[in-house]
Amino acid sequence: MILSASGIEKRFGAVVAASGIAVEIAAGARVSLIGSNGAGKTTFVNMITGYLKPDAGRIVFDGRDITALAPREITRLGVARSFQIPQLCTGLTVLDNMLVADACRRNRLSFREAAHRPTALQRADALLARFGLKQHRVRKVAELPGGVRKLLDIAMALTGEPRLLLLDEPTSGVSAEEKFPMMEIIMAALGAAKTTVLFVEHDMDIVERYAERVLAFYAGRIIADGSPAAALASDDVRRYVTGTLRQ
Amino acid sequence: MEQAVTIFIDGLTYASWLFIVALGLTLVFGVLKILNIAHGSFYAIGAYAAASFVGWGAAMKLAPGWSIVAMLLAAAAVAALLAPLTERGLLRFFYGRDEVLLVLVTYALFLIFEDLTKLVWGANPYYVSEPYALFGNVEVGRQVYVGYDFMLVGMALLVGGLVWWGLNRTRSGKIVLAVIHSEEVAASMGVKVSRVYALAFSVGIFLAALGGAFTAPMISVQPGVSVGVIIVSFAVVIIGGLGSIEGAAIGALIVGLARSLAVHVAPVAELFSIYIVMAVVLMFRPEGLFQRIQARKI
Amino acid sequence: MGFATRAPAAIGLLLTALLLGAGCLMPKWLTFLITMAASHGLVSLGIVLLMRGGVVSFGQGLVFAAGGYAAALAFAQLGITDALGLTLIGGAVATLLAAPFAPLLARYRGIFFAMLTLALSMVAYGALVKVSALGGSDGFNMGRATLFGQKLPDAQVGYVLYSVTVVMSALLAIAARRCFDSTRGLVTLAVRENELRVEYLGGSVREAMAINFMLAAFVGGAGGALTVMSLGHIDPNFSYWTTSGEFVFVAILAGWQSVLAVFVASLVLEMVRSFSSLYFPNTWQLALGLFLLFVIRFLPRGIGSLWFRDKP
Repeated sequence: MILSASGIEKRFGAVVAASGIAVEIAAGARVSLIGSNGAGKTTFVNMITGYLKPDAGRIVFDGRDITALAPREITRLGVARSFQIPQLCTGLTVLDNMLVADACRRNRLSFREAAHRPTALQRADALLARFGLKQHRVRKVAELPGGVRKLLDIAMALTGEPRLLLLDEPTSGVSAEEKFPMMEIIMAALGAAKTTVLFVEHDMDIVERYAERVLAFYAGRIIADGSPAAALASDDVRRYVTGTLRQ
Repeated sequence: MEQAVTIFIDGLTYASWLFIVALGLTLVFGVLKILNIAHGSFYAIGAYAAASFVGWGAAMKLAPGWSIVAMLLAAAAVAALLAPLTERGLLRFFYGRDEVLLVLVTYALFLIFEDLTKLVWGANPYYVSEPYALFGNVEVGRQVYVGYDFMLVGMALLVGGLVWWGLNRTRSGKIVLAVIHSEEVAASMGVKVSRVYALAFSVGIFLAALGGAFTAPMISVQPGVSVGVIIVSFAVVIIGGLGSIEGAAIGALIVGLARSLAVHVAPVAELFSIYIVMAVVLMFRPEGLFQRIQARKI
Repeated sequence: MGFATRAPAAIGLLLTALLLGAGCLMPKWLTFLITMAASHGLVSLGIVLLMRGGVVSFGQGLVFAAGGYAAALAFAQLGITDALGLTLIGGAVATLLAAPFAPLLARYRGIFFAMLTLALSMVAYGALVKVSALGGSDGFNMGRATLFGQKLPDAQVGYVLYSVTVVMSALLAIAARRCFDSTRGLVTLAVRENELRVEYLGGSVREAMAINFMLAAFVGGAGGALTVMSLGHIDPNFSYWTTSGEFVFVAILAGWQSVLAVFVASLVLEMVRSFSSLYFPNTWQLALGLFLLFVIRFLPRGIGSLWFRDKP
């Protein structure tokens, strides 16, 4: 088990964002987190990545208790995340963004190593190629369309070969016909790597196609946990998430 | 004991004109989000204008009492002339840009005004001491104090009260408050934000000039007067909290009393006592004592 | 890419050689002007380094004064007279002074960073003015430095100090360029753009900012020492906010991309200052102010952006 959470509680005033969350994720798993807005998916992701601290409970990553750690420390342990609204350095070029990711994730910050040295450029270009972003290499992020920015955001997260990757709505903000190609690119870029992937997703077609396991959230609880077919067929999920249960 | 009274009164006097000036600074920041380095320049121009107006009054053989009117008129003239010119003519081209960038724009303005003042009034000092004797002397215990100083305290209270009343009890004032809290929401409710900006800026400049005009009789009005005033005003608004009236009052009191204490008891600390307080406030409570805005701190 | 980034050392050394050669032919007022431009430029270089991280320091006068007083005191009290040694002492003392404040300042941004740096420099000013042992508001004079054990005769002192300043500035400028192009330099730019992302990538924003502050202190202190040696005098005004303001002016004029631009901008300021006080004593600040407005409005990335094309 690469990630396990137990007894997670989180409230924001009267809003219950997490209640009794307990889950174990195996290494290499491809898990989708589904649920309507406010159900607690992003809160869960935020707690894993250290942006929020749970009120109670423990999160253990690869044998280490990461519950109280800062985002930076959790990242250094091998956890990476992408953002629903891409968090990029808009004034810098695509390449420079990748180089920043490279330098930070490898924890190799120095005044003597040139940012644009050949080894770093190779790594950055290789990853850009896997995401089909190489042609945008020298363009400023501010000039790029939304879909490209999302891919860059994810490419940056993948820099440094994280063992756990959390994708926050990777296909949101992307047009319908681009969603599948985007997921194809992401999955291809992940390739044969044993990266464990958790992705928050609203599009059930994407979920069915790319997830091996589904965790459904509602009001801070996990209401379903299983294969996509099983989870999406469950009454609770149909009632509270997909809205397909007829009363 | 007597020394305590002296320290208190000196501090209060200093705090009074400083409050008037700092009030203008904090108002401009609260509404326009501009920390105006040139605020001290308007103070200086107010002082120079007062010197001129009082001089003209004397030349016209007016009764000495008219010099108060002259000083008020001077402050009003400065505001009426320079506020629209500065705000509409320069600052508005930089609205929406980074707050530090706006500080730099006002720094450029300060540089420009330094020389413009010299070009208009020359480099020699002006002395406008006649009004200082207008209010006679006041005896407190065995010490004699100048009545003018107490007038200043009264004026500070009046000004503070008027601004407070204007903001909280009049319709225009509430509109200004709305813009302070959220300009976007106010604009979407139909408030002409540009008018509010112009109004707030004019009032702010008027207050700076007023402070300068009424301090003129107590100092020698010469190039460089603005430089010290700016920095002390900054200390006040940082200590009190940017955008807060109460903050400007308390901040001015703290600075005035700290300085007075230092001058009388520990002259070595006179200058840096103010900045130590400013630095300490920034380190431990950067929003100031009366929080209006969140400090940009990680 | 700016031409200087391809081979900063080569360009820097070439320029240094040119300046040293030309210095033999220049009139004394020009070598002095360039000396001041270079030593002041070092302080502005520190401000540019901080600007790359997204903050503007309005209080570099603090480190400038620290370096200056350290050099002057080392000369007077410790008998250290070597120009290079004094420069390093100036830089070191300023860095030590900045060190306890660096982690604190690393947490501030925007107006509050500017105000805190301003306050600290004014605290120093207020303190220095009242310390009569240091000459109070008049400051004190500093004797003539030596170089490699050699005393400097009247005819040559100007050129020698000019050379020391130009060489030290060039070395620090080359180092700065390396710094800007390094991984830490790139992360600094990233911090300016998106701190959150940098943290989520595993980089420490606070560490980056604190280190930058100390580096800026070092060059600022070195600049202070070099200034004192050529000026022969130090006073608390080194730490006054208007002095800091001039360094900021140069940094804004230069922009954050080119190291060379910082020194060009500093030279421009010194020239405007000299010529104006000679011919138009009441308008040089006016000229500066208008110039600054022009740059802010039309050249927001500074004059360095004129020749610094973006990296491929």
